[in-house]
Amino acid sequence: MTSEYERGGHADLAPGEESQDGEVSLLQRIAGYLTGLGLAILLTATSFFIAGTDLVWQPSIPVALVVLAIAQMGVHLVFFLHITTGPDNTNNVLALAFGVLIVVLVIGGSLWIMAHLNHNTMPMDQIIHMQG
Amino acid sequence: MTDAAIAYPHGDPHHLRGMEASRVAHAGPPSKRIVTGYGFWIFILSDMVMFSAFFATYAVLLGQTAGGPSGRELFNLRNVAIETGFLLASSFTCGLATIAADYRNKTWFHLAMGVTCVFGLAFLAIEAREFADLVARGAGPTRSAFLSAFFTLVGCHGLHVSAGELWLLTMIAQVFAKGFRADIQRRILCFALFWHALDIIWIAVFTIVYLLGSAS
Repeated sequence: MTSEYERGGHADLAPGEESQDGEVSLLQRIAGYLTGLGLAILLTATSFFIAGTDLVWQPSIPVALVVLAIAQMGVHLVFFLHITTGPDNTNNVLALAFGVLIVVLVIGGSLWIMAHLNHNTMPMDQIIHMQG
Repeated sequence: MTDAAIAYPHGDPHHLRGMEASRVAHAGPPSKRIVTGYGFWIFILSDMVMFSAFFATYAVLLGQTAGGPSGRELFNLRNVAIETGFLLASSFTCGLATIAADYRNKTWFHLAMGVTCVFGLAFLAIEAREFADLVARGAGPTRSAFLSAFFTLVGCHGLHVSAGELWLLTMIAQVFAKGFRADIQRRILCFALFWHALDIIWIAVFTIVYLLGSAS
């Protein structure tokens, strides 16, 4: 078993790089991508099926679509980008967490503010009515 | 055999990595591959932050159709499903290309990259046809705020894929001319990150723009 020290390597992995413990064979790596592809196809197909079906309770569809999308993003991150929970990936995960925080703030904040603006702004016909 | 191997004959039975970590602390700065990859990862995250601003704009302007057509009347989900399939398949073959690059196998690398290129071009062709069709039906980016936001968001992703295609062709040429040098390998790593990240952004696009736009 080759340790990282013996290879002269470091405890960190570049993002996108698979853990190279010397135990991951070619077939295992291809199998990893095939697993990711299979899961992604499954989730995508479910998304497209749910969007056009009458079989489920309609108000649940948007929530289901968002959950499926987040799940598929997770599949892509783990199987294609190799951003995992391993100790050699801490820096990459922390950077991702910060990115997700900013994305949530930008999208959530914009929607929140604009919804309140719409709510508090008088409709145009009422303004015209008051002026007249 | 190192001291660690003597102390822990079965590697690291409790997964503490204590010995390893203490050694690594004295191992000097990380390799250029890690620094480059990490820097590019930060760029990709900043790119996602930029996309989040476009998504926020789109969500805010979703109802502002100015009497024009809404997404439900415009979107063709069958086309979107085919686009998604091409992009997903190209992400997979891009992964195979990175494996081939690690094994320094030029034939498989060029084959996988070539297939990735074709799938990416197919995606772009379908998207270009969709845009041309929308403009021809009078639903171009100037029709309403909703359509401006739609063309900005989806077009920006398309521009990223186009840039990725150019980068992809560059990598094929560089491996052909220079082989798998360390700097070329770093570029392949960054390209793969970029290409997979584009697929992640596309998941958000097809869910939020097309599927939610058609469902509700």
